[in-house]
Amino acid sequence: MTAKFVAELEDAVVIAGGFPLLAGVTMRLEPGTLTVVVGANGAGKTSLLRLLAGLDQLTSGTGVVAGVDLARGDRRLLRRRVGWLGHEGSFYDDLSVEENLHFAARALSRPIADVAPALERVGLAQRASAPARRLSAGQRRRLALAWLLVRRPEIWLLDEPYASLDDAARDLLDDLLVDVVGAGATVVASAHDPLRSEQPRVTLTLAGGRVVATS
Amino acid sequence: MIATAWLVAGKDLRIEWRSRVLAWQVVPFGVMALVLSGLALGPTRAGHSSAAPGLFYLVVLLVTLLAINRSQAIERTPGTRASVATLGLDPAGVFLGKTIALAVELWVIGAVLLAGTVLFLHTALAGSLTAVPSLVLTLGALAAAGTLYGALTGEGAGPATLLPVLALPAFAPLLIAGERAFSAALAGGSPWEWWVITLVALVAYLAIGVLLYGVLEES
Repeated sequence: MTAKFVAELEDAVVIAGGFPLLAGVTMRLEPGTLTVVVGANGAGKTSLLRLLAGLDQLTSGTGVVAGVDLARGDRRLLRRRVGWLGHEGSFYDDLSVEENLHFAARALSRPIADVAPALERVGLAQRASAPARRLSAGQRRRLALAWLLVRRPEIWLLDEPYASLDDAARDLLDDLLVDVVGAGATVVASAHDPLRSEQPRVTLTLAGGRVVATS
Repeated sequence: MIATAWLVAGKDLRIEWRSRVLAWQVVPFGVMALVLSGLALGPTRAGHSSAAPGLFYLVVLLVTLLAINRSQAIERTPGTRASVATLGLDPAGVFLGKTIALAVELWVIGAVLLAGTVLFLHTALAGSLTAVPSLVLTLGALAAAGTLYGALTGEGAGPATLLPVLALPAFAPLLIAGERAFSAALAGGSPWEWWVITLVALVAYLAIGVLLYGVLEES
């Protein structure tokens, strides 16, 4: 991988349970950019994000993300440098909103003082002591965003980030993406619908586990 | 590793304190099992004293399996699993933390069950108290082995079905040693010789867990 790219995949294949989730993806991500991955259900959007996060094993091909070789490197080192926003909740339901963020902050040796501003930013300050299980679907997404804010990862991997968000929260996410990319982080977001943000972005279209178009 | 262990242990114990799963599901189940054991043995106190240690550890085995499944289930929600994986926690620390939390939970349950044994199986109070150190050690070893085997059995429907089958050979020596130590304590003998087996097993499972937990998690 050249220093120019934060991630580089060459003919990357991921097979799980005998089924090819990714069937030869070639792509490059430059630092400080927003990349949107679009495609139909089952096209491989989530699988691509999971591969970039070091959550899934590369079956064949080559891949380097944040300097970590996906085939031979220690993927745990990569995981510490990425932030993941998945379909489901990203936290422990029986802990409060605040406790979840404290856990993430302590795990990554981030200052606990970062928790309150993150909650304020996502509009959850009033719900700080509520158990995560009592949050609505939209509030859970906000908590997941706060989790990422506290973590401040180099690479943000957002799987359907607008799901369950109301208009206000979508605006919040758009603003957040502007700030994050402006600060030099790399964002990759999967989406069914066109991303609302007006930011410059690269759009990758996936079909059948392959990149079929880049614009 | 130590910092991660305390972080994970604190988190698991806080979750248990909030959810009360062990308090409202596992402990009542264990107490009920002791009550039924007492009823099955009938009113003769002599029979109770000889059978009580075995029955006690049988119930300990059942509640331990439930507690292990609960401990592993906390981490198995798909979203939580992915997000926590991206925290890149030291697997050895995670193993130790989950073992500490599980051990604390088992000690609390064990104390309740020991009191239940005195009440429902009519074991001598003095002898039961003498057995406490061996019980603490045995439950600690069960927690270490249980955390290791809990990770080994994976996710989905696996833990509930595979855990008892896979873990029983590992648990058997611990349960037998614990039962022998309890019997010796009730008979006024020395339970110390059984401690060696338990202590060796505890150290072995802790060492294996520290070394291999990361591999199990990845697999």
